[in-house]
Amino acid sequence: MNIVRYQRYPQNDFSFAFDRLANVHEELDRMFESTLGSTFRQFGTLNRWTPAVDVYQDKDQFTVVAEVPGLKKEEIEISLHGDMLTISGERKAQQKEGEQGFRSERFFGKFQRSLTLPSLVNPEKVKASYQDGLLQVVLPKAEEAKPKQIPVSLS
Amino acid sequence: MNIIKQDHKPDHHTGERSRRIQYLSPAVDVETTQEGYLIRAEMPGVDKSGLEITVENGELTIVGHRQDVRLPGDVVYREITRNDFRRVYELGPEIDASKISARIDQGLLTLSLPKAEKMKPHKISVE
Repeated sequence: MNIVRYQRYPQNDFSFAFDRLANVHEELDRMFESTLGSTFRQFGTLNRWTPAVDVYQDKDQFTVVAEVPGLKKEEIEISLHGDMLTISGERKAQQKEGEQGFRSERFFGKFQRSLTLPSLVNPEKVKASYQDGLLQVVLPKAEEAKPKQIPVSLS
Repeated sequence: MNIIKQDHKPDHHTGERSRRIQYLSPAVDVETTQEGYLIRAEMPGVDKSGLEITVENGELTIVGHRQDVRLPGDVVYREITRNDFRRVYELGPEIDASKISARIDQGLLTLSLPKAEKMKPHKISVE
């Protein structure tokens, strides 16, 4: 199976380098619990985030889980092109009038994540739910992708 | 601003090493408002029943236990860490601990920490 981190903008070497830098800063942030990297996230191409996903499979279906806390149902979009599932949306900043940021670690703005499923699914039967900040997409496999048992009779 | 300092080394000096749990530090935004402070913490997979918020010795501890969700089949790909969340804040004296309120909606915890009445800025009129 092949899962590609989605890139919203075509990448050139420069922005790639900056992305790497932002990632390093994110890791540093986690290590030191500071917000070094926030400066780097201000730049346009860096101003997107990708939610973490898990993929499960049994013989009938795939289940994709994505961590997208604090959204409204309407803010999440799910699309399927062939065997490629895309989860996208936008988290709007919540800061209200009179509030002043003191520490910010959360990501805002657009997010998008695409993943290629290991086999074809039945697009008619895809179901999604959103609870406790977890998006769960259930994708039943297409009939032809299901494993088949071939009975062999002995004569 | 002096109020909220953070301790990110839980139980380091208490000798609880043997039963120490690996916690995940949630992404948090802290906002200052007229009334006090607003903490928003991302805890996907945590619902109301999984939250433990305590104030002790001037420290606010937020713990979020993830719900055990069983999904059909085997894991093909994994990025989500299933550890519980924990974060500790030192409360400044201006915060009225008895008035802290919390709610969680879609894995986003919102904590409101109001300042004590007497600590709020007020105008003094000149006679």
